Amino acid sequence: MLKTFKLGGVHPAENKLSADKAIEKLALPKSVFIPIAQHIGAPAQALVKKGDQVKVGQLIAQAGGFVSANIHSSVSGTVKKVDMAPDASGYPKQGIFIDVEGDEWMESIHTGDDLVTDFQADSKAIIDKINVAGVVGLGGATFPTHVKLMPPQGMKAEMLIINGVECEPYLTSDHRLMLEKGSEIMVGIRLLMCALQVNKAYVGIENNKKDAIAHLRNLVSADSSIEVVPLKVKYPQGGEKQLIKAVTGREVPSGALPIAVGAVVSNVGTAFAVYEAVQKNKPLIERVVTITGKSVKKPSNFLVRVGTPVQDLVDAAGGLPEDTGKIISGGPMMGKAIASLEVPVTKGTSGITIMPAPEAKREVMKSCIRCGRCVTVCPMGLEPYYLMTVSDKQIWDKAETNRVMDCIECGSCSYTCPADRPLLDYIRLGKGKVGQIIRSRKK
Amino acid sequence: MTIVYTIITLSAIGTLAAVILYFVAQKFKVYEDPRIDDVEKALPGANCGGCGFAGCRAFAEACVKADDLASLYCPVGGNDCMSGVAGILGLEAVVQTPKVAVVRCNGSCEHRPKTNQYDGALSCAVAASLYSGDTGCQYGCLGCGDCVVACDFDAIHMNPETGLPEVIDDKCVACGACVEACPKTLIELRKKGPKDRKIYVACRNEDKGGIAKKSCEVACIGCSKCFKVCPFDAITMSNNLAFIDADKCKLCRKCVLECPTNAIIEVNFPPRKIKEDLPPKPAEKAEKPVAAPKSATDKNQPDNTEN
Amino acid sequence: MSKLLTISPSPHVHTSDSVNKIMYRVLLALLPALVWSVFMFGLDAVRVTLLAVVSCMAFEYLIQRFIMKEVPKITDGSAALTGILLAFNVPASIPSWIIITGALVAIGVGKLSFGGLGNNPFNPALVGRVFLLISFPVQMTSWPVSQHAAVDALTTATPLGILKEGVKSGQPVSALMDSLPSGMDLLYGNMSGSMGEISALLLLLGFGYMLWKKVITFHIPVFVLGTIFVFQGILWMVNPENFIEPVFHLLTGGAMLGAIYMATDMVTSPMTHRGQFIYAAGIGVITVLIRNFGAYPEGISFAILIMNGFTPLINSYVKPKRFGGTN
Repeated sequence: MLKTFKLGGVHPAENKLSADKAIEKLALPKSVFIPIAQHIGAPAQALVKKGDQVKVGQLIAQAGGFVSANIHSSVSGTVKKVDMAPDASGYPKQGIFIDVEGDEWMESIHTGDDLVTDFQADSKAIIDKINVAGVVGLGGATFPTHVKLMPPQGMKAEMLIINGVECEPYLTSDHRLMLEKGSEIMVGIRLLMCALQVNKAYVGIENNKKDAIAHLRNLVSADSSIEVVPLKVKYPQGGEKQLIKAVTGREVPSGALPIAVGAVVSNVGTAFAVYEAVQKNKPLIERVVTITGKSVKKPSNFLVRVGTPVQDLVDAAGGLPEDTGKIISGGPMMGKAIASLEVPVTKGTSGITIMPAPEAKREVMKSCIRCGRCVTVCPMGLEPYYLMTVSDKQIWDKAETNRVMDCIECGSCSYTCPADRPLLDYIRLGKGKVGQIIRSRKK
Repeated sequence: MTIVYTIITLSAIGTLAAVILYFVAQKFKVYEDPRIDDVEKALPGANCGGCGFAGCRAFAEACVKADDLASLYCPVGGNDCMSGVAGILGLEAVVQTPKVAVVRCNGSCEHRPKTNQYDGALSCAVAASLYSGDTGCQYGCLGCGDCVVACDFDAIHMNPETGLPEVIDDKCVACGACVEACPKTLIELRKKGPKDRKIYVACRNEDKGGIAKKSCEVACIGCSKCFKVCPFDAITMSNNLAFIDADKCKLCRKCVLECPTNAIIEVNFPPRKIKEDLPPKPAEKAEKPVAAPKSATDKNQPDNTEN
Repeated sequence: MSKLLTISPSPHVHTSDSVNKIMYRVLLALLPALVWSVFMFGLDAVRVTLLAVVSCMAFEYLIQRFIMKEVPKITDGSAALTGILLAFNVPASIPSWIIITGALVAIGVGKLSFGGLGNNPFNPALVGRVFLLISFPVQMTSWPVSQHAAVDALTTATPLGILKEGVKSGQPVSALMDSLPSGMDLLYGNMSGSMGEISALLLLLGFGYMLWKKVITFHIPVFVLGTIFVFQGILWMVNPENFIEPVFHLLTGGAMLGAIYMATDMVTSPMTHRGQFIYAAGIGVITVLIRNFGAYPEGISFAILIMNGFTPLINSYVKPKRFGGTN
């Protein structure tokens, strides 16, 4: 029996079209738009102005607080302007526009592909380097990594869990990274373990990536402190709490952080970024992005500079298909639909999924037949049908007592509803509202 | 015989229950100021919450408790109702100018082309939490009709042609439910002018002029022309957006003609007498069914009655 | 790009399941039992089923169109399902006007008066059935003889009826065994009774199909039948002369039909598995109580309706197991 989490879960069609496509370097874009808020927390403060010359890897926006992250230029060239433009969030955001000229890197960055395994085992130094490099969680939540590595007072990390689950349908960027950069990821994991001062790490990988499991097992064979854990294929196993449950059997209490059960979870992409930041002095300026979709000519995995417009990826994957109905930044379960191809790739963009028009439209909502499937599939043990009703009727106290804040917005409820009800739309609304109420109460 | 027994038994049970109920009611009687009932009767009984209380009963309790009615006002009943309440309580009624809701967006499908198709739950709140909207304007009406759902008085409806909500002035009681409901804060309670006339900027776009104009033909571009022409200092400019203070506005309508994008709307005015030196304005559709013809293109029509 | 891109909140994919599919799959699952009842009762079974289905759909259409003034939704299959379940719950010899009345009550009172599919607190087919049982007790309890039976009679009694009468008149169960059908007959349905309830085997076949297609989960049927088995088993062990062995109760009357197809009605059953357990246990206990101690020989319809009434209460008190919480 493979390990997995207990409550709920669904299994949407996997559609991993680009699983056997090696990571290619995407050609440099003509211009980039680098938003200053690519992470959870305070936006960074822009350090450059119109007309400034920047190099690849140069700090162009300083972290705006403890929970924030530095932003570096991903290209070399001239700053065109600092202005608002829409990003994947759907609202215009402040960011830095840079016209690309050549590809001149900062001297401090080691650009070679050679594997550097040795490092100084100094927790503080590692965390500092990660902080300076602006590394954030690359699984999608984009939580600043250095914050995660410094547990709050009185809490001690016992283990590191590396998330190689990639439970989102279509996406393959983590899969490819594990296959092609396995050794680097292993160094990254050791760095993270050292930073956290733990001596056990687990790498959770879903069993639909058997090659990655075999490859990483091969790499860790000599090291008993790192264990590769194959997991049963089930969405949303990549959710932090679900992954901890699946790997260790521990349940993170409602409202608490994973550190409450002694676990720190990081994505494989983050481990790779940590390797590059510490061993190569390379800030987080590029990442692997999957571009995929049933009608896409060449579903691919690209190594993309942050700030590159989605248009460039689409062009490299054979152009926008005729029947495109929806473009999603991320996977189809949790990604955000974007309205224009000008939207940039950011640190949190794990993929671009292009849906054909017939699939893009939702069915008409029908009345709830109380089948209870949303309750059965909810990985947090909530009652989506009830939360939707109270959110729609604005009964916020009932929403709060029924733990709307526990919702991880995985979308299993909306996915499974036979009456096509937009459960998560309303729950997300209720979650936002209840969150506001809780915050105003604390003040 | 069975019937007799049945009747006797039931009557006995009934009498017993009545006696018990009587004593219980006496025992647990709670004293209530009888004026609360009187005040409640004087209120419209809509329980809309427009006064800021949980309903008419709660408002009546608050009125009875209060020393003066300065901060208490029932927008639905208006001044008549409040003077009635004041009469019951022997207090001074505060006279407030009646208000009406206006929608400060005129971005109909024609003026404001769609840039994408929204396909989520039919709720402005959901759409607003998702993204900036299905047009280029992030400040404009989303058209899902949360205000229509919020209205207890059937006073606001979506116009399927423009995709915008329209207020029926006669039905609107200015309870403010729609103001609360609109995630883009487009609805404003404005003073009901004489003969229901009002002039307002039907736009909330804070983008710079060029961007605003690109996304919507009738956006306020922040050019300040109206600000300069206003003789009463009623217009303020902030964030590339003009706002007309209803208290200062004397309804002279100079700003309406001045606006290059027709973002300023006049409602319930008679057609204007044309001065020869004014250039004719571009043709424009009437925004509201109650709006009288207002632009120069209607100059040939005979003076009609003032609604 | 000529067409505008679609924007909607996540998730952007959806299961292929739909309400219609669920309804049609349940209908399909009921088909074998229908075939068996036609085999047993001949054209009468066809007449009753067609009448029930057609009149349910017609009433739904007419009421939605002209009284509720909304777009009729008869194609979702729920009215047809109510019709077929109603037909399954009456004797095949029932007069046509009675079954049409039942359809009107089922759809009009049981379902649409509450607002239609999803809002009815009680199983519409059972509302119709119980209405008929109380209003027309004679017609509803004159069971036609199977056309393959050797006996020369027009009506006969159901096994549960024989048992009830026998026990009431003071005979021990062991003395009644001869007049009751054999275990095999009970299993594949060679007995008299309501149209669709007789063949336990074919109803179980449909259950298997629904489980395979994930239309329902095993919980409610297994819990209902399990409770009947356990409770009746206890009674039987206490006094085998007064109470018959439990398997008899599983195979007779509407136990199978009720447990698999009517107690599992999604609208009227609890959401969580824990709630479903309480609900199903209640049905089982009430059924056994009515069958052994009540005035009627059969009681699962009443049991399901009573527990339907408790469903909202169960839903609001029995919460699912929360992740990371003691509750």
